[in-house]
Amino acid sequence: MRYFDYAATTPPFEEVITTIAEVMRRHYGNPSSMHRFGEDADKLLKRSREVCAAALGVHPAEIVFTSGATESNNLAIKGAAIQYQARGKHIVTVSTEHPSVYEACKQLTDLGFEVTFLPVDAQGHVSTEQVCDAVRQDTILVSIMHVNNETGRVQPLHDIGAALKKQFPRVLFHVDGVQGYGKLPVDIRGWQADLYSLSAHKLRGPKGAGLLFVREGVKLFPLLSGGSQEQGLRAGTENVPLLVGMSKAVRLAGERQAETARRMTEWRDRVVAEVKTIPQLRLNSGEEAPHIVHFSYPGMKAEVLLHTLEQLGVAVSTRSACSSKLAEPSRVLLAMGRSELEASGGIRISFGDEHTEQDIDELILALRQAVAKLESLERWKH
Amino acid sequence: MHYDMLLLRFGEFTLKGKNRTRFEKAVLNHVKLLLKPFPGASLRKEFGRIYVVLGGEPYEQIIQVLKKVFGITTISPVKMAPAQLDEIVKTAVELMRELNVAKGTTFKVNARRVWKEFAHSSHEMNHLIGSPILREFPALKVDVHQPNIELRVEVREQAAYIFSEIITAVGGFPLGTNGKAMLLLSGGIDSPVAGWSSMRRGLEIECVHFYSYPFTSERAKEKVIDLARVLAGYAGRIKIHLVPFTEVQTAFTRTGQDNLMITLMRRSMLRIATMLAEREGALALVTGDSLGQVASQTLSSMNVIGRSTELPLLRPLVMMDKQEITEIAKQIGTYDLSILPYEDCCTLFVPKSPTTNPNLWVVQKVEASIRDLNALIEQAVAATETVVLEAGGAMEGRKEEVVQEDWF
Repeated sequence: MRYFDYAATTPPFEEVITTIAEVMRRHYGNPSSMHRFGEDADKLLKRSREVCAAALGVHPAEIVFTSGATESNNLAIKGAAIQYQARGKHIVTVSTEHPSVYEACKQLTDLGFEVTFLPVDAQGHVSTEQVCDAVRQDTILVSIMHVNNETGRVQPLHDIGAALKKQFPRVLFHVDGVQGYGKLPVDIRGWQADLYSLSAHKLRGPKGAGLLFVREGVKLFPLLSGGSQEQGLRAGTENVPLLVGMSKAVRLAGERQAETARRMTEWRDRVVAEVKTIPQLRLNSGEEAPHIVHFSYPGMKAEVLLHTLEQLGVAVSTRSACSSKLAEPSRVLLAMGRSELEASGGIRISFGDEHTEQDIDELILALRQAVAKLESLERWKH
Repeated sequence: MHYDMLLLRFGEFTLKGKNRTRFEKAVLNHVKLLLKPFPGASLRKEFGRIYVVLGGEPYEQIIQVLKKVFGITTISPVKMAPAQLDEIVKTAVELMRELNVAKGTTFKVNARRVWKEFAHSSHEMNHLIGSPILREFPALKVDVHQPNIELRVEVREQAAYIFSEIITAVGGFPLGTNGKAMLLLSGGIDSPVAGWSSMRRGLEIECVHFYSYPFTSERAKEKVIDLARVLAGYAGRIKIHLVPFTEVQTAFTRTGQDNLMITLMRRSMLRIATMLAEREGALALVTGDSLGQVASQTLSSMNVIGRSTELPLLRPLVMMDKQEITEIAKQIGTYDLSILPYEDCCTLFVPKSPTTNPNLWVVQKVEASIRDLNALIEQAVAATETVVLEAGGAMEGRKEEVVQEDWF
């Protein structure tokens, strides 16, 4: 079975697994303890923070460790909203954001916040003008993802960040960077981002670890209270082994980004070319992020195509894993102006740095076979 | 932006006549050390200046690093062009384009003909370069008195240098050109600032730190090592002497002179630091004392404590406010480390009411009553561990058993 669902999660680097096991065995101390065991764990934590900060080009003191991107996004959005509500209660985000941003924003509306969900164009982009036009006197936060998890669309963060900071210096800018890191260059300072979320398991690190970059000077209302871990922003004993593992994965993924992107882009382009030759399929994207190709099979339930491909030895996904068990059509595709029919038939293929030419050959073959098979079924089904 | 080279200018020491070469050499060595992580960059020295030829290395990062070099007052990123008028104009236009000028920006050209055989005089060049730029960028206006952008052009035989930015660096005297001193480095806010201030006046610094393991944690010691490493970021490398102070300290607790504890400790610290200074060839001690800040920093305390050493005792912060010191600590990057809350040897046995007005005679009598005090002090010096810290890098002479780099 070949795995093409790297946007959902990735197999950890072998050396990350070894490291985690080793740290778990040898350094089980609580980093907050005063004795030697605690000190050792604390040293590892400190080094992890330095490694992550160096990979992101920021200061170690600006890294808050979390349990993953959902937590990072929630902390960024709710933390900022609650902290700065005296400034205003308006948030700007985009209708194609990941559920951990989208739902967090929606939840805030129950607490009296107002959220503008910006529409996107047919390509899934939001424009700098749209963002700036949506900002009001009482806007406190703008949250925009780097790379869309379903379609691989890349938002113009440089432009948006520059325009925002120039016109509205008090508005915080959060970037959900989960799908971008390791695939595209990341430039937190250049984007002028105040907050940036990452998840370890999307970049071949462990599940259950993530981080939030919080620019120096930005305050957040902590969502978890208790001990004073993570500068009081996130109580709870740090998971030292996973965080060490994450820092290794972050470093490796960062170092290999250019090479990874080059190889994945080649495969992606091959798959895109193939999808274009199959008349039943409609390409939704595949020109931007190097690791995602997204297409629809209008009229065919995505799940049927997915299982057919699975029988043929290829694992792909219907949109984002976080919502793929929902019956409704994809919110992201609908926002891009696709019909309900198209939005229910979306298939996402996502690559990893380990794929080989042969994997891609198999994928393409399976795709052709699956469509041919379903084509014959379709006739008697309708 | 794309630049070919950085131009570094020297500060006040250029006035110093005969010693000038020595000073310049010190800056050059310091720059060399800090450029190690940028193997593409190379150095060129000219009278009164240093050039860093970038060779494809990132100029912004290098500027960040070189801004910390004592003795350098300003840095300009420079574009190079062949010493021909049309090439110079082309490069100047390029630079202006990269600057992305907004409408209404004022500018002037300030050309210098260092190579006198160049066909056009400085005055002519201002026009010959200025006019095509004005044609190219209608948004620009000329202002010869207070322009937003001053485009500088220097024509030399081998090349012309074109630049507009002048970035302020730290200034002061080049590292180590005023001799060497021992800094008593605690984990607090003041002593790292005192160290940095001394370095800026051309002193080479070695650090002495007193720790009271097992009463204090290993983390307290590491915090100080981290602080010293920040200082190493300015010096390239720095030595730190870690003195086990527990025995000396506990000897004082047995005297029953609770309110003199701090005075006695400080005097012993100065004695130990003096011995280390003599061993290492340092000619002064530096402390973070600031007049009146705590009991041991009243004038009367300073008097009694200071008499325990014959070396000059330098107190760069003595007349500064806590607020000012804190500001500098934040600027130089030691503040966040300093406020980490670990017990250190000075907070350990703080008496309820330390004296602000110790009596020298009484203090000397108490010291004389501890029979083995000198032996304890000598033992502490003998057991001192010395670590060399490199800027940003790992430590020499010290094993990191816990943090295994291959895990990261």
